[in-house]
Amino acid sequence: MTHSLYLRYEILRTFRNRRFLLFSLGFPLILFVFVAGSNRHASLGGIPFPLYYMTGMMAWGTMVAVVASGARIAAERQQGWTRQIRITPLSVRTYFGTKVASGYLLAGLSILVLAAVGIAVGVRLSAGQWLTMTGLLLVGMVPFAVLGIMLGHLLTADSIGPALGGITSVFALLGGAWGPLFGGGVLLKAAKCLPSYWVVQAGKTALGGHGWPAEAWIVVAVWTAVLWLLATSVYRRDTARV
Amino acid sequence: MAAYDPAGGIVLSRLSKSYGEVRAVQEVDLSIGLGETVALLGPNGAGKSTTLDMMLGLARPDTGTVSLFGQPPDAAVQAGRVGGMLQTGSLVQYLNVRELLTMVASLYPRPLPVDEALRITGTADIAARRTTKLSGGQTQRVRFALALVGNPDLLVLDEPTASLDVESRHDFWTVIRGVAQSGKTVVFATHYLEEADAYADRIVVMAQGRVVADGPSTEIKAMAGERTIQATLPGVELPALAAIPGVISAQRRGEGVVLTCGDSDAALRDLLARYPATRNIEVHSAGLEEAFLELTAANSDGGQRP
Repeated sequence: MTHSLYLRYEILRTFRNRRFLLFSLGFPLILFVFVAGSNRHASLGGIPFPLYYMTGMMAWGTMVAVVASGARIAAERQQGWTRQIRITPLSVRTYFGTKVASGYLLAGLSILVLAAVGIAVGVRLSAGQWLTMTGLLLVGMVPFAVLGIMLGHLLTADSIGPALGGITSVFALLGGAWGPLFGGGVLLKAAKCLPSYWVVQAGKTALGGHGWPAEAWIVVAVWTAVLWLLATSVYRRDTARV
Repeated sequence: MAAYDPAGGIVLSRLSKSYGEVRAVQEVDLSIGLGETVALLGPNGAGKSTTLDMMLGLARPDTGTVSLFGQPPDAAVQAGRVGGMLQTGSLVQYLNVRELLTMVASLYPRPLPVDEALRITGTADIAARRTTKLSGGQTQRVRFALALVGNPDLLVLDEPTASLDVESRHDFWTVIRGVAQSGKTVVFATHYLEEADAYADRIVVMAQGRVVADGPSTEIKAMAGERTIQATLPGVELPALAAIPGVISAQRRGEGVVLTCGDSDAALRDLLARYPATRNIEVHSAGLEEAFLELTAANSDGGQRP
């Protein structure tokens, strides 16, 4: 059985929430326009500053879009909707799948909007480089999608807002989304263990014409696997309690 | 008893569930035939919701099994044979009523046409309204429509009218009765005897996690209408008292006796005629809540009440 209709309404619900849409797309865009707009001729670590900052904002924006599914799960738990949907034939897998899909759609929109503004302030990449960068961004979002689902079942609707805001900010900051924090050393080594670091590097990686180094794939895979295990156990505990 | 009888309706066998120290449901046995409408009647905390949650696969029993049409709950739910209206829960936002029903219907293998669900539940006139703009009564109807739109064989309704005023309550039950008469198996929880009596073929009374009575509505209603006569009457044999017209059973407490009566007026006239020495007469109407508690007490004393 296909669930295309269910997915369609799930997406409709996401996009009808105008405030949510405005804020999750708006903040990275505004920051990008102000910071990159006034440094459009600078360069950073060998790459043009607008490109660096565009990927940084894309990383942050997509992260916010993807983990936001957690907030929606928490709200649906509180409303009792999760219980209602559990007594329909919808599988848990599809329930999460549609949440992730609508998160990714929002992430894609965020990337498109930032790319359009990026081009306007002088970012130049070949078609292949755009594709590589977007692909790496989306792959790097997988652990964040799992994180969102886990937090959605761990936290209440009241507390998840600040939690998601705080967590995405820490990942964005340490990953270098708002500008590099480090000249090297221990902090850089630590940052390289975060998936957000590699997501922020997606633009630079694309410019170099290669994919991620093996290290990046391992970091993303390990974060995904560990969060997946945690999410599974949190989900089991949460649904056993009701 | 075969736990998964493919021909069976709904079979709960020796179902128990505790939440910490609280023994929410204890050793519940219940068989419900296809097409039956059964009320689970009992005061708050009687274990009705926990029983229904286990029936729906939302809560896992500590011991015992649930079989829905010969399948475990999860399988029956996945097959689209179950629809439920839970006690609490609001509707999701950013959709109108028709969209919400269409979304849920799409999950079921053979749903009702959305228009039909709207018509049956009397929600056609609010189909274009957002779920956040509905009154309490309208929300309940839409929640019932959600349970119905998948065209399930079993409808489980947990206190569906708890938040409604008398008039909406009556309208709502008229709709449910129509659905029940179409051949679906309906199980609903309520703490109103009148509701259970008016809309169910059969009433299962729960108190303190146990089934304390189970029978046709008329029988249970009569049971809840019982009165007791207490009086001081030494030296009379219990069988003689139990034989008085209108008396169902007689018990002795020291010098006193307690007569449980179906017709206390007749019993009292006869009692005084036969035993003029009877003193300190008190007549109590049990009331539903007390009737439940009496039934439970009888049950835990190992009494022979049904």
